[in-house]
Amino acid sequence: MADKLDQQSRNEAAASPTFHLMEDEHGHGHGSPTMLGFWIYLMSDALIFAGLFATFGVLSTSYAGGPTPREIFELPLVALNTAILLVSSITFGFAMLAMEGGKVRTVQLWMLVTGLLGAAFVGVELYEFANLIAEGATPQRSGFLSAFFTLVSTHGLHVTLGIVWILVMLVQLQQRGLHVENKRRLMCLSMFWHFLDVIWIGVFTFVYLLGTIR
Amino acid sequence: MTIEHIAKIIFGRLTLESFPIHEPILLGTFAVVALGGLGVVGAITKFKLWGWLWREWFTTVDHKKIGIMYIILGTIMLLRGFADALMMRAQQAIAFGNEGYLPAHHFDQVFTAHGTIMIFFVAIPLVSGIINFVMPLQIGARDVAFPYLNSLSFWLTAAGAALVMASLFIGEFSTAGWLNYVPVSNLQNSPGVGPDYYLWALQIAGVGTSLSAINMVTTIIKMRAPGMTMMKMPVFCWTALCSQVLAVAIFPILTAAFAMLMLDRYLGFNFFTNDLGGNPMMYWNLVWIWGHPEVYVLILPVFGIYSEVTSTFTGKRLFGYSSMVYATVVITILSYLVWLHHFFTMGSGASVNSFFGIATMVISIPTGAKIFNWLFTMYRGSIRFDLPMMWVVAFMLTFVVGGMTGVLLAVPPADFVLHNSLFLVAHFHNVIIGGVVFGLFAGIEYWFPKAFGFKLNEFWGKVHFWGWVIGYWVAWTPIYIVGLMGTTRRMRYLEDPTLQPYFVIAAIGAVIILIGIIGFLIGFVVSIRDREKLKVGNDPWDGRTLEWSTTSPPPAYNFAFTPVVHDLDAWYDMKCRGYERPSGGFKPIHMPRNTGAGVILSGLAAVLGFAMIWYMWWLAALAFLGLLVVAIGHTFNYDRDYYIPAEEVERIEAGHRPPPPPEPRPDHGPALEPAGAK
Repeated sequence: MADKLDQQSRNEAAASPTFHLMEDEHGHGHGSPTMLGFWIYLMSDALIFAGLFATFGVLSTSYAGGPTPREIFELPLVALNTAILLVSSITFGFAMLAMEGGKVRTVQLWMLVTGLLGAAFVGVELYEFANLIAEGATPQRSGFLSAFFTLVSTHGLHVTLGIVWILVMLVQLQQRGLHVENKRRLMCLSMFWHFLDVIWIGVFTFVYLLGTIR
Repeated sequence: MTIEHIAKIIFGRLTLESFPIHEPILLGTFAVVALGGLGVVGAITKFKLWGWLWREWFTTVDHKKIGIMYIILGTIMLLRGFADALMMRAQQAIAFGNEGYLPAHHFDQVFTAHGTIMIFFVAIPLVSGIINFVMPLQIGARDVAFPYLNSLSFWLTAAGAALVMASLFIGEFSTAGWLNYVPVSNLQNSPGVGPDYYLWALQIAGVGTSLSAINMVTTIIKMRAPGMTMMKMPVFCWTALCSQVLAVAIFPILTAAFAMLMLDRYLGFNFFTNDLGGNPMMYWNLVWIWGHPEVYVLILPVFGIYSEVTSTFTGKRLFGYSSMVYATVVITILSYLVWLHHFFTMGSGASVNSFFGIATMVISIPTGAKIFNWLFTMYRGSIRFDLPMMWVVAFMLTFVVGGMTGVLLAVPPADFVLHNSLFLVAHFHNVIIGGVVFGLFAGIEYWFPKAFGFKLNEFWGKVHFWGWVIGYWVAWTPIYIVGLMGTTRRMRYLEDPTLQPYFVIAAIGAVIILIGIIGFLIGFVVSIRDREKLKVGNDPWDGRTLEWSTTSPPPAYNFAFTPVVHDLDAWYDMKCRGYERPSGGFKPIHMPRNTGAGVILSGLAAVLGFAMIWYMWWLAALAFLGLLVVAIGHTFNYDRDYYIPAEEVERIEAGHRPPPPPEPRPDHGPALEPAGAK
């Protein structure tokens, strides 16, 4: 095929096809690369979690004579937290639907609800951590606890960052409404929020559930 | 008591003793660096260049300028890393029956800093720089997908480099080897600031590298010129794509591993400690899951450079383009499955070691395919032995030996004997110098005229070339030999005097390489001085890919009109079919605006790192707050792009139009000022 083209080019040098676009199509409209770029970022973030999960896997029974998962995990509390985070994903979904409908106020309302649910999640997590530390199950106590605290709080930090982002977004929506830039940011934030949900499913299953039945 | 107390709050663990005033070597170095730095700052101030630097370079989002800055950073750090190499060679050549001139603690820092700097702050910036400069031009784009992110990535890398340099004169660097191995770098064994310098410098630079990789992958996938399908993409872009995909896949693991080590060191966690359930080998696994693919992150784009150069200088289409692409993809995948060969001696058992040994050997198949492709491209071509092509030939002769010793090391029983020997050290210098470094020099020689409009001086280019090639062989052949005889790495002195001649020869080799490096630097100076004489057209090498279709240097917008691609060798195809640059009908061009956010954020990141290293908690908190405020503040800036008006484009295009021979002057008014002059 390529050789044929070469041949062709020599034979009919006169027949000159277009070698450049006269009209510029390089706008930043629909084909914006942001979504792809953000998706790749999320995948790289997923790999940070992969590293933490792998480490947790290796250290998950390194109790060093300290507490074991069964002794310290309070599943009802974790179930509550899981429910909160899952609901927050739904409320973010409502915000995105409102964005499609062009209703700024509704978007802001659902974002606010999502942010509050996120804050509740972080609050419950901090409460759980405080209890653990009070019981002497500190991250310094054993390899298992180091890995546990790091994995769970890295997720918690991401949620906190998500809340900050929601707050910034609320202000920007107030200032500029559903500006095309704001819409793109909302789409990214939405992917980020759902991504954290998926990670949490992994944490809930592999850390808490598997930990308690071990 | 109170003053000491207050000083501790303000300066953390930074005291007057932290400055190495009692070490004459460091003091001398500091004097030279300080004088040099003052000279540069003074010159910039005298010629009133600060404003120009800030507007045109520091805040730029132009991928070409960022690429050039990456290459300048890499070159400066090469000098630092090479100075470390000379110190080690001198120490090992002298230290037989005596302890040489370097104290143990200093020697350990030197070999650690050498490896860290050469990989993270020489190889990575140089590779990133060439990808940044060349790739968007090759795919016919006006910039990368995220220009501001690109600026941030560069400056974060520079911030990391600045921290490593600071460790030379304020405190100390890690002594735990270039991957900061535990248990040496655990808090109980290294209570000083060394490992913290290492961790913060590399975390900050690592974020930059990850962001840059995301940017490049997105650019290649989304911004190719119309008609450029994946299989019509220049090989360099393919190798850049695979390399950057790999970077996205590995840097997060390194970030996670370093974060865990930081938690161990700062908060007393037990990830990699020897007691309370910690597991030091977990650190080795994690850093090598990053470390081995990293070798390919560096060498794949360089394979791309060799491909472009070989094809151009033999005047032929690359032999086996699709096999080249598949080989690149296969190497990308396999490279993720071989990390354990760095510690066969861990004791993971015969089956695990066999798997990783075989996977490692398998990589040599696609790599061998590439070598044959280059050879067959050259076969019956009309080869022009310009400097880029000379580097290619030197690479093929040198690299193949390194590849073979690599396969040898991949055999687990052999590795048990050679583990941590100088044979291993000779092997990876063989592939990194003979592979990555030679290729980067080929790339710099090859694309320099594109970046600046004039060629590099050939005489000094040859001094550079022969210095490196001869120096490499003189320096590393004896090391292979003593390594095979069982000499282990990182030894400050040896007892057996029969080994001394080998180390003396190695030191002579290092000096020959020094001649090469000096030739490299003089080459730049001489070429800039003689730039009028060395001036060339837009396509000095008779190139085949799109970057040669635009002017040298390219305008800010790269292409006045988006090119349309019909063939793999798009520019060659255009030349064959009598393409002419359009001279009218220009449209306004949409471009990203410069921003200082990247450089400011990176400066704050460096301050944060420095404060954390020295336990200055108040400063760390301030810097962190500053980072948040600037990062969020930047998102409130919605005015990020502008249009270059059509008249401006027309003026630039007219100013660049070659050739200079007298043309009938257009009768409407006086000749326009050449745009390149501004």
